[in-house]
Amino acid sequence: MRRELRLSGFGGQGIMLAAVIVGRAAVMYDGMYAVQTQVYGPEARGGASMAAVVFDDEPILYPKVSDPDILVIMSQEGFEKYGANARADALMLLDRGLVHSRPSCRYYEIPATEDARGILGKVIVANIVMLGALVASTGVVSREAIERAVLDQVPKGTEDLNLRALRQGYTRGEEARE
Amino acid sequence: MQGNTASAEGAIAAGCRFFGGYPITPSTEVAEAMARRMPKIGGVFVQMEDEIASIAAVIGASWTGKKAMTSTSGPGFSLMLENIGFALMTETPLVIVNVQRGGPSTGQPTMSAQGDMLQCRFGSHGDMAVIALAPDSVQEMYDLTVKAFNLAERFRCPAFLMADEIIGHMRERIELPDHVDVVDRRPLESGHLPYEAGEDGVPGFPVFGTGHRVHVTGLTHDERGYPVTTDPVLHEALVRRLVGKVENARREIADYRVTNPDAEVVFVCYGSPARAVQQVVADHPDLGLGILRLRLVWPFPEHALAEFPNARVFLVPEQNLGQVAREVERHVLVPVVSVPKLGGELHTPAELLRAIEEARSR
Repeated sequence: MRRELRLSGFGGQGIMLAAVIVGRAAVMYDGMYAVQTQVYGPEARGGASMAAVVFDDEPILYPKVSDPDILVIMSQEGFEKYGANARADALMLLDRGLVHSRPSCRYYEIPATEDARGILGKVIVANIVMLGALVASTGVVSREAIERAVLDQVPKGTEDLNLRALRQGYTRGEEARE
Repeated sequence: MQGNTASAEGAIAAGCRFFGGYPITPSTEVAEAMARRMPKIGGVFVQMEDEIASIAAVIGASWTGKKAMTSTSGPGFSLMLENIGFALMTETPLVIVNVQRGGPSTGQPTMSAQGDMLQCRFGSHGDMAVIALAPDSVQEMYDLTVKAFNLAERFRCPAFLMADEIIGHMRERIELPDHVDVVDRRPLESGHLPYEAGEDGVPGFPVFGTGHRVHVTGLTHDERGYPVTTDPVLHEALVRRLVGKVENARREIADYRVTNPDAEVVFVCYGSPARAVQQVVADHPDLGLGILRLRLVWPFPEHALAEFPNARVFLVPEQNLGQVAREVERHVLVPVVSVPKLGGELHTPAELLRAIEEARSR
């Protein structure tokens, strides 16, 4: 079944990397098909960045996401630009501390940046916390797959930190779903 | 894997060992991948000062016997045109990857387009025939880069991989083959002149440093390679040979995919719009739609249009104002409808459905 994911935040949060990781998890470790695309805007740091992933058990024809059924939103500007018009039956995971608006669709508030800063001590892993929450709450890829994909993509020496971030995200995702 | 990276990997699999280039969005990842990989496999990566120097370096590398490539996008491609003509005239095998973005001029650096399809065909001056491929997936970024090298080497001419931003920047699943069929250029045999062509119109290649004395010039030249610029007969024979060696092989090198040959409404497509077309055709089997998907656009495989004997209309969605649509029009008697999309985004399935409806009500 085709599922469409859109991620948005501000440049520098690792939105693109998160999309690449979850796409990689699907293709390399869950045996699915996935296509990752992104908006290549000039906004390197600070502006709204957006990436998208299509997942399917079958080869993917149309590669773009137009009307996502899952959204991960990590900034207010990202919400306004890429989240505000989410369709009614979509699910949105939003960073509780950074997004002030709330959508009309179902949503989970994830304290990704708060946990990254407070519990993990590195705000830079907020995107990985979000990935953990995404996987735990939607099952879009398996936990084993996302862990292997995270390890493939993160710099040497940060593996433990990133795995802890991922697991913190699992906990938040499970809490949100209850 | 990303499309641009896949193109670099395909080049390496095909035997490319020289890359000269200048970074430009949305093709930069090709150069980045080559910069990482070339030193590890005994190849050479050179970042040149601009695109004119890049193509010149690639031409020089090719004459040393290396398989050589550059990658660019519209503005860089424009700068390369003069030396593309030089490569055509001197019969220098090389591959140019053009990941197309919105033009004219610097246009839309980060958005997709297919606006250079006629530029690659006719952009350099004089009569010419070129080979241009158009991938519609990350897999084809790999496969068709290999093919571009094989065709360039075989026909001793530049070959273009005319990708677009969507396919170049997309990441998706790819299967890297254990083995790829590789074609190497035929060396010049002793006792033959450097520009003495066989029946196929392609002369053997005298690699620099292997004992041949060759004059390489963009001027009209005789079989020795010496300039002869006022002999009408010689000039006509040379240009006809350069064009003929590619055009006469048109059927043999044609590369296309046919879906539903009985269809009455037929899409002709290449590059990323083909993905939208395939989605619409898969979602609407009741509409009786056919697809002619061109993996190789130039030389144009006009005979492929005859694969659809029941066609009542051809729809040609492109990220330009109808560059290949006009070519289709030259070869069929039924209406041809251009479905242009400018602005950098992919046609949506809904837009294609509207085009089908309009075409049917004509």
